[in-house]
Amino acid sequence: MEKSESSESLGSKLSSSRQASIDSLSSSSTSRSDRSFHLRSNTCKSPELRVLGDSNNWADLEEPQLLPNESLKETVKDVTYICPFMGMIRGTLTVTNYRLFFKRVEKDSAFVLDVPLGVISRIEKAGGALSRGEVSYVLVCKDIRNLKFAHKQDTQGRTSVFETVMKLAFPVSHNLQVFAYEYGQIYPENGWKVYDPSAEYKRMGLPNESWRMTRINEHYELCDTYPVMLLVPANIPDEDLKRVATFRAKNRIPVLSWIHPESQATVVRCSQPMVGANGKRSKDDEKYLQAIMDANAQSHKLFIFDARPSVNAVANKTKGGGFESEDAYQNAELVFLDIHNIHVMRESLRKLKEVVYPNIEESHWLSNLESTHWLEHIKLILAGALRIADKVESGKTSVVIHCSDGWDRTAQLTSLAMLMLDGHYRTVRGFQVLIEKEWLTFGHRFQMRIGHGDKNHSDADRSPVFLQFIDCVWQLTRQFPAAFEFNEFFLITILDHLYSCLFGTFLCNSEQQRIKEGLQKKTVSLWSYINSHLEEFLNPLYVNYSHHVLYPVVSMRHLELWVGYYIRWNPRMRLQEPIHHCYKELLLKRAELKKKVEELQRELISRSASSSSERAASPTRSVTPVQTFV
Amino acid sequence: MLSLGSGGGKAAKPSFISYVTPEEIKIKDGEISRKQKQPDLQPGEVIFCSAYPVLKCEGPQRGVYGTLCCTNFKISFISEESLSEETAPPLSNKLLGENDIALSCVDQIYGVRDEKKKLIIGGQVKNKYPPKLLIYCKDFRVFQFCLSYAKEEEAKKIFQGIVHHSLEPKSLKCAFAFSYCEEVLSPEVSKKIPATVMFESKDNWKLELNRTRSSCKVAHVNENYVVSERLPQYFAVPFAVSDEDIRKFKGQGVPLWCWSHSNGSALFKMSALPNVQDDGTSQVYQMFVDRMTNAVCQNQMYPVKTQDFSSGFLPLADLQQSYNKFKQFFLIDNTAEFWLSDVKWFSSIENTGWLEKIQECLNKATEIVLSLEEENSCVLMIEEDCSDLCCLFSSLVQVMLDPYYRTTPGFQSLIQKEWVVGGHSFLDRCNHLYQKEKESQSPLFLLFLECVWQLLQQHAPAFQFSETYLTVVSDSVHIPLFSTFLFNSQHQRDTATKLEYPDSQRHSLMIPSVWDWSLQFDWKVQALFTNPLYVEKPKQDKALRKPYRPKHQRQFSLPNSSSKPSPRKSFFKEETDNLKKMLSGMRIGKWINATEMQLSATRQFYESWQRKPLDYHGLILPCLDGPAIKIWLQRYLRWIPEAQIFGGGSVLTMKKVSDLAAEIEDLKNEMEKMAHNMHAGNTKKLFFSSFHAPTRLSSSFPFASLRTWSTRPVIPTSIVQSLGSVSNLAEKEDEDTEGVEVF
Repeated sequence: MEKSESSESLGSKLSSSRQASIDSLSSSSTSRSDRSFHLRSNTCKSPELRVLGDSNNWADLEEPQLLPNESLKETVKDVTYICPFMGMIRGTLTVTNYRLFFKRVEKDSAFVLDVPLGVISRIEKAGGALSRGEVSYVLVCKDIRNLKFAHKQDTQGRTSVFETVMKLAFPVSHNLQVFAYEYGQIYPENGWKVYDPSAEYKRMGLPNESWRMTRINEHYELCDTYPVMLLVPANIPDEDLKRVATFRAKNRIPVLSWIHPESQATVVRCSQPMVGANGKRSKDDEKYLQAIMDANAQSHKLFIFDARPSVNAVANKTKGGGFESEDAYQNAELVFLDIHNIHVMRESLRKLKEVVYPNIEESHWLSNLESTHWLEHIKLILAGALRIADKVESGKTSVVIHCSDGWDRTAQLTSLAMLMLDGHYRTVRGFQVLIEKEWLTFGHRFQMRIGHGDKNHSDADRSPVFLQFIDCVWQLTRQFPAAFEFNEFFLITILDHLYSCLFGTFLCNSEQQRIKEGLQKKTVSLWSYINSHLEEFLNPLYVNYSHHVLYPVVSMRHLELWVGYYIRWNPRMRLQEPIHHCYKELLLKRAELKKKVEELQRELISRSASSSSERAASPTRSVTPVQTFV
Repeated sequence: MLSLGSGGGKAAKPSFISYVTPEEIKIKDGEISRKQKQPDLQPGEVIFCSAYPVLKCEGPQRGVYGTLCCTNFKISFISEESLSEETAPPLSNKLLGENDIALSCVDQIYGVRDEKKKLIIGGQVKNKYPPKLLIYCKDFRVFQFCLSYAKEEEAKKIFQGIVHHSLEPKSLKCAFAFSYCEEVLSPEVSKKIPATVMFESKDNWKLELNRTRSSCKVAHVNENYVVSERLPQYFAVPFAVSDEDIRKFKGQGVPLWCWSHSNGSALFKMSALPNVQDDGTSQVYQMFVDRMTNAVCQNQMYPVKTQDFSSGFLPLADLQQSYNKFKQFFLIDNTAEFWLSDVKWFSSIENTGWLEKIQECLNKATEIVLSLEEENSCVLMIEEDCSDLCCLFSSLVQVMLDPYYRTTPGFQSLIQKEWVVGGHSFLDRCNHLYQKEKESQSPLFLLFLECVWQLLQQHAPAFQFSETYLTVVSDSVHIPLFSTFLFNSQHQRDTATKLEYPDSQRHSLMIPSVWDWSLQFDWKVQALFTNPLYVEKPKQDKALRKPYRPKHQRQFSLPNSSSKPSPRKSFFKEETDNLKKMLSGMRIGKWINATEMQLSATRQFYESWQRKPLDYHGLILPCLDGPAIKIWLQRYLRWIPEAQIFGGGSVLTMKKVSDLAAEIEDLKNEMEKMAHNMHAGNTKKLFFSSFHAPTRLSSSFPFASLRTWSTRPVIPTSIVQSLGSVSNLAEKEDEDTEGVEVF
């Protein structure tokens, strides 16, 4: 491998980080290729790199290995991929109902591009000075890259392959279904079983004397964007809940997300109160919040965190919304967290893409980065979550969190605060539960925010809210490298399949829709795949210190752009420290040595036994186990 | 620990004391002398003045009383409370405690009166003294001392003493090393460190020439500095350079050998001959330089490229200015300031230009490596005195090319060879004597360490030493006890240490070298200098350096030596331009935006290197793209409480890896023991896993102790938003479309 690793294999490296998560799905075979030894083959970040078959087989593969129920739609020869890093590459383009597959022609230099159609945000016919008779298309992708292709115009007037891609990439706009409904892979694990709400609440010791489980939303009648199972203060009857619901936007009443195992302080989420311009009040809502406060004997205060900037919260009053006045809610303190709305975030990501893709300008990197405000937003979200975690942990105070509708910024804040507070969510399965619970069942509108299979790329409802959350998690893993059971590759895989439409996990907008669509029956869960290949997603440095609360430093000094995600297409930036890799090698070495030592011991014992009883006292001291600390 | 309850609003004294009431100081006059503690003194150290009680403030709500004194070595605060061993920082220094500041480590002093900070300038101190003193150190510690409880006379004296001894010019003989060495008779100190090659003897140079298989020779014409005071006594030159040539212009214009590549190319440096108006002289000079360059050519059988640093590349004053701006962002004495500077953090850092300077340096070094490695040509660096940028680039290039210089002894030998013996003017550049004319001050050596740090963070397994080691080296520059960083030249050192009346045993003072780390740190502490990620060279490979392996050059062929018409006249700039033109024609199609693809030669070099299999015992190159250049957080943030990640930070990873490495080492020993059926020696290698941290680790490990810092989270204050430009979006509603569901 090393030999062919030279100049020409950049291509396969270039594409491999996608393959790392996508292609590996196709075959559960393939061990790690030798090239992962190579620092810059991108495997350091994802040492788990799996490639289709043996990596050397790339050259022989004309077509992609198809997934179950994936079918070839069109194959076109003589297409040029205009790579921003390597120049022009001629090859064959294959389109299936799931992916776009491009392979270089020359046998001796493997280059493969393997893109799930789901990541394509829009397809544009590009103008510009091309050689005569050529047409070119730009595929703008959701995962921070653009792909540019060109091919000869067909003289017989046949439509371009990209017209086909346009149909296949946006099935929803063409009254078709995304590929997830067809994908038929069977995994040993069933990811749909990962989250069992009652088991999760039971883990937290719920219900208890202060909190009861209500079935009022059994048929999504109270709130169609909430899950069936809700935890509410024990002394508030269902009748009152209905009245509270009328005072909360989209009927999203305050419900429990997390409870502190010792202090009983709780994290409660909801939507904004419908205060309106006239400062409407609701006795039921006031009573309800008082009940939340009373459920925690440790504190006589309640903190209400409004994720929005106060200006926006005030502006919402004119539309019937608003925020809790401290006059109406006694003992409650309202704090604004200044996190901006989905439109600001979308714009920020757009700017970020401009700065990082395809090439990074040689000078002014830092001020260019700053001008995108991306990290500033990350800082504000983390700062908000930190304040929440601090109030719950150190202040032993219950908190209520909302933004406008309580499904974007609120989900970010509750899930991040819970990640800081509860070590369970820092495990692979715990994190899956966290996403299922705080994001999926509580109605983060994935379909609208991502726009799966929808050609309407300029939809104002699209926004990288979930990406921001994963970015924040990555920042936490950077600051606490031993606190998370999963690795960076796990996070990247989640983001890749957020767009790929291979799994059903991130489809639809709410639990109700998912049930209606029968997603659990018709599609495969992302967690099925991940939990069946767990080895690849584990952080070798993980130390389980579950009772340890993480307080990240939310200063720009410690926040970093996630190069491994946002700039991963740029081959120059593949230089991450291979610490995890080194660590794994050391682990192997230790195992090997341990074995050798044991062998020697046995040998010694047998030898000393045979050569009379000289000194049976060679008590080879057992090896000290790894010091766990913190 | 005195915890000074919040508020404490009783008739507070002006300025600082808003939270301390006089009643809280429970000291009766009689007790003062009893409670006053003495600092630990080094041999030859004398106390100039002291004051008691002085309050050292630790954060807004805490403080500790003690004695503040000033000696000929340091400013020292002796706390009334006895510090338990457990809370001392892991990296405890034997010479300087955590409340000691070496006099030459003082960067700036501020007087604080009525909440106003005023910079104190040496020589302008009058009878008045400020109630509160703020001392910024060159190693980024910040101390706050409140003088208002001490007797007026004492407070005045200590203030004037500190200012006088740390902010006013002094003579070289006042450097503490001299008083110390008069007391300590240990002529063997420098011999304790055999692994580091000092390059003070002929043999050292010979061995180095052999090691690199160089055909240069050692010149000893400058023994006893008879030819030049700037040159060391021994150095290496091309074979064809005669002693006469060296004498001719006192060593100027002579190519001095730095390092030889296994492919036959080599790196040289040269002091430029002065620019003269007189045509005749100028011609003589030119002819001489031509002949000398030819000598290099003949010696190496390769063409020579010239790198001329005398023409304003990276001006030293700019470096100083840029670093001055940069460091200010890390000398922070209160939380408000911390969060305020967080707002425009990235652009503020960029505006200092310091990271850009690092980038420029690494780029230039890569350029030189490119010539040596790929183009098979020699590089001759020319600079006025060849002791500033020449030192920087020569050593940087060697770190990148030669794995030996990435081991700890190798790195120390390199600093000896290129910086210490190479004649870098540490005394002037670091301004140890606090000379008023600061033009000669410039953080060149620090810049070198910064560049090495960048390489280390990009290619950790290639280095035997850790980030902590580099930080400690950078701190040691400001301890005026070591000969290494104290002098402008070897000649100056030898003259200054000569004893006027030599006693029977000694002819000169033996000032210790910094490489004798046991003077500063216990051997256990020194374990922190080892990089657990270091990939050791496989043992069977006996050759010191890898034989040259031909490089794969299929993608594009780089100009090779034979195509160069006139090697002597070929200047580097033109070369790169040609190369650039050539390269840009190769792969870049007409469809690609031309400006996007204007890759420099070094970029191309990096990319082609990147495609080859990585060998940690071969060449390493830095990635120079913006996101790859980082701030040396350990050095700059270690003392700032707000920036500490408790239970986190990269140190945790290191700790885990160290644990494992130590375990493996244990197993190996075990095996050895069993194999020989006897008790083998102890572990030779030591990793910092031997520190069973009593408290939780933090990202400040191993520097600051956590004792005084609260482990509560730091909630940002004053998050000033700079998001004005997006206000039209910000005002928009999140959910302005009710959303027709798609499914």
